[in-house]
Amino acid sequence: MIKARVTVTLKNGVLDPQGKAIGGALAALGFAGVDSVRQGKVFDLELEGSDKVKAETELKAMCEKLLANTVIEDYSVAII
Amino acid sequence: MPLEEPQRSQVMKSAVIQLPGLNRDRDMIAALTKISGKAPHTIWQTETEIPDVDLIVIPGGFSYGDYLRCGAIAARMPVMAAVAEKARKGVLVMGVCNGFQVLLEAGLLPGALMRNASLRFVCREVKLEVANANTAFTRGYAPGQIIRCPVAHHDGNYFADAETLARLEGQGQVVFRYAEGTNPNGSLDDIAGIINEQGNVLGMMPHPENLIEMAHGGSDGRALFEGLLGKAA
Repeated sequence: MIKARVTVTLKNGVLDPQGKAIGGALAALGFAGVDSVRQGKVFDLELEGSDKVKAETELKAMCEKLLANTVIEDYSVAII
Repeated sequence: MPLEEPQRSQVMKSAVIQLPGLNRDRDMIAALTKISGKAPHTIWQTETEIPDVDLIVIPGGFSYGDYLRCGAIAARMPVMAAVAEKARKGVLVMGVCNGFQVLLEAGLLPGALMRNASLRFVCREVKLEVANANTAFTRGYAPGQIIRCPVAHHDGNYFADAETLARLEGQGQVVFRYAEGTNPNGSLDDIAGIINEQGNVLGMMPHPENLIEMAHGGSDGRALFEGLLGKAA
């Protein structure tokens, strides 16, 4: 079995009102010096087989087709 | 005020797509039935064929609970391949609210809809400018006409990269714009609705189907549907 982690983040230049609100809440809690917060998503997957190269190709296809909206999001794939 | 009976020659054949979590399908079916005089086909998400119709509508709601991203799961259901095929053949397709989100996720329209800038769900009436009255969907309005229309959404903040936005604006693909300072979601260029390059696929956040008769408090949405009847006649 292969374990993988897919991280999806907003592209640079795309406004993130949720991240901004979280940043505001951190400041309210007294965490000074937080310049920016960007919110993203993490997907942990378990894949059958042991071919890591094949798994990575498959994971990228999953990102392109569903896990990320490439209009607004970037993704990265890591076998862990 | 009693509704006028549509003339028989104007009967429009339509289909409403149904997915788990949509909740505005009944409103859309009622509007289409009242205005066209013919009940639409209802097409479940697992269907792979859509009958011969003039118009396909993806209504509003919260398909798949807005999981992952609004409209993301719905856009990958089998029926959407059939919708895309019909769209390629020139059949009119309209997505309202969640339906707009589905059309974007399906790649039938450019851009994306993000969380409202206020982070709040907005349920209120807005003013819309008919930015392009020369489409099958807006021929019932005058260019630049300001109409009333309800909105109800959490993710209506339209975003597209600068190049896409310039193309949309340059080609008259922005069809509806929030007017008079009523932009409820932070949408770029006050965009409320866009159309594809071919002019047969419309997506819009506001709900014209909820303002078609005096019992709704107004009928500004009605001309959209009546304009479509002209198309089918």
